[in-house]
Amino acid sequence: MFDYTFQWRQAIRALPQMLDGALVTMQIAVLSMAIGVTIAVFLAVARNSSSRWLRAPATAWVEVARNTPALFQIYMAHFGLGSFGIYLSPYIALLAGIAFNNAGYLCETFRGALRAIPATQIRAGRSLGMGPAKAFRLIVMPQMFRISFLPTMNQAVWAILMTSLGVTVGMNSDLTGVTQDLNARTFRTFEFFAMAAVIYYLIAKAVMLGARLIAWRMFRY
Amino acid sequence: MIEIENVHKSFGALKVLKGIDLTVAKGEVVSVIGGSGSGKSTLLTCINGLEPIDSGRILVDGTEVHAKSTDLNKLRRKIGIVFQQFNAFPHLTVLENVTLAPRKVKGMSKSDAEEIAVKHLNHVGLGDKLKVYPSRLSGGQQQRMAIARALAMSPDYMLFDEVTSALDPQLVGEVLDTLKLLADEGMTMICVTHEMGFARDVSNRVAFFDQGVMAEIGPPEQIFGDAKNEATRKFLSSVR
Ligand SMILES: Nc1ncnc2c1ncn2[C@@H]1O[C@H](COP(=O)(O)OP(=O)(O)OP(=O)(O)O)[C@@H](O)[C@H]1O
Ligand SMILES: [Mg+2]
Repeated sequence: MFDYTFQWRQAIRALPQMLDGALVTMQIAVLSMAIGVTIAVFLAVARNSSSRWLRAPATAWVEVARNTPALFQIYMAHFGLGSFGIYLSPYIALLAGIAFNNAGYLCETFRGALRAIPATQIRAGRSLGMGPAKAFRLIVMPQMFRISFLPTMNQAVWAILMTSLGVTVGMNSDLTGVTQDLNARTFRTFEFFAMAAVIYYLIAKAVMLGARLIAWRMFRY
Repeated sequence: MIEIENVHKSFGALKVLKGIDLTVAKGEVVSVIGGSGSGKSTLLTCINGLEPIDSGRILVDGTEVHAKSTDLNKLRRKIGIVFQQFNAFPHLTVLENVTLAPRKVKGMSKSDAEEIAVKHLNHVGLGDKLKVYPSRLSGGQQQRMAIARALAMSPDYMLFDEVTSALDPQLVGEVLDTLKLLADEGMTMICVTHEMGFARDVSNRVAFFDQGVMAEIGPPEQIFGDAKNEATRKFLSSVR
């Protein structure tokens, strides 16, 4: 009933190759977070603006990013834009799809953090002679940073895991892409994907552990 | 000197201040008492320009607070205000709370700001809490820190808005003592308060607010002993 013989040696030999893939995975995750955070700040400002012309597109972005499968978002970046003659390579499409998703979620994270800070904090700053920008920078931003730090790192882990969807648009250099290639050549499906899963797991855990450590060091209040 | 001349102020359709006149001289302590919603807090936030006014004017040392040409950030340096909610900056230590504005608004060096901050924190009895975060302080301690924070800007005037009403009864005394100390040192103060004992003992004059109007003002002996105004008498008998 169970006659599959495990052959780990082959998988172990492929480890360096898989770790190279993991590096690409990390690279995409980091870039997508950098882009996502930047766009999210603009989206958050736009969503809080009084102009409907700023609010509407930002709201649409957030709604689509949060309420459709990430896979579709990556598909759209590759095949969807492709039908309009805009061809993005698998790498760029994957990066764009994940950054799109990150921006949508992080926008709401940042808005939530802003809402969590009472208006009386700004009042207190203004009363001490600070202009609005200074009060925001010195009093609101550091508090927002603390509130949104761990949720942002959660999104980073999510971004790492989302990179595995790149294989559906032909991405073959990230961890999942490399694993898929090895699998196609050797048919040792279980071993390779189990190894890949362990690597994903370790990366995700390491990121969250690092984040907790940083938070603990940084936020002493 | 703070000169308030015929100030009117509404929030939408609600008229909150209906022609307030009040002059507070240097070194004077004026307590403002009155029922909830009578416009006491609003008056304080108008004095330091946090709220616009509809008509009339407010002069602080001759500078019109609500004139377009007035640099409010600069004017506010000489008007300290402490609110009912302590508004401690939670991400900063006690010392950092107090040095923040002197450094970032006045451009003072860190060491100069700390010297002043320590002086004021000692003054309000928090000299041993410099490196502590506000979350570790009691309400009374947080409120005293807020007072030190305002004082560190070396203001000429201090506005206090019910600074003891969010405190547990046993903590009220320590904050009132701090205010008394300031008054004794000659600080010019406007104190909105529900503490009648404090108003009677510390102030030079007591103003009674009733529905956006300053119904009566006079020395504490007169207000508490022989109020002319019917509403004042009614209010005082209700709080006693
Ligand atoms: N920002 C605001 N927007 C709208 N209405 C306001 C605002 N601030 C105050 N009010 C209203 O103005 C009136 C006067 O408020 P104010 O806070 O000045 O009263 P108060 O005398 O300080 O009362 P209390 O003793 O309860 O603190 C109240 O009816 C209040 O609801
Ligand atoms: Mg009030």
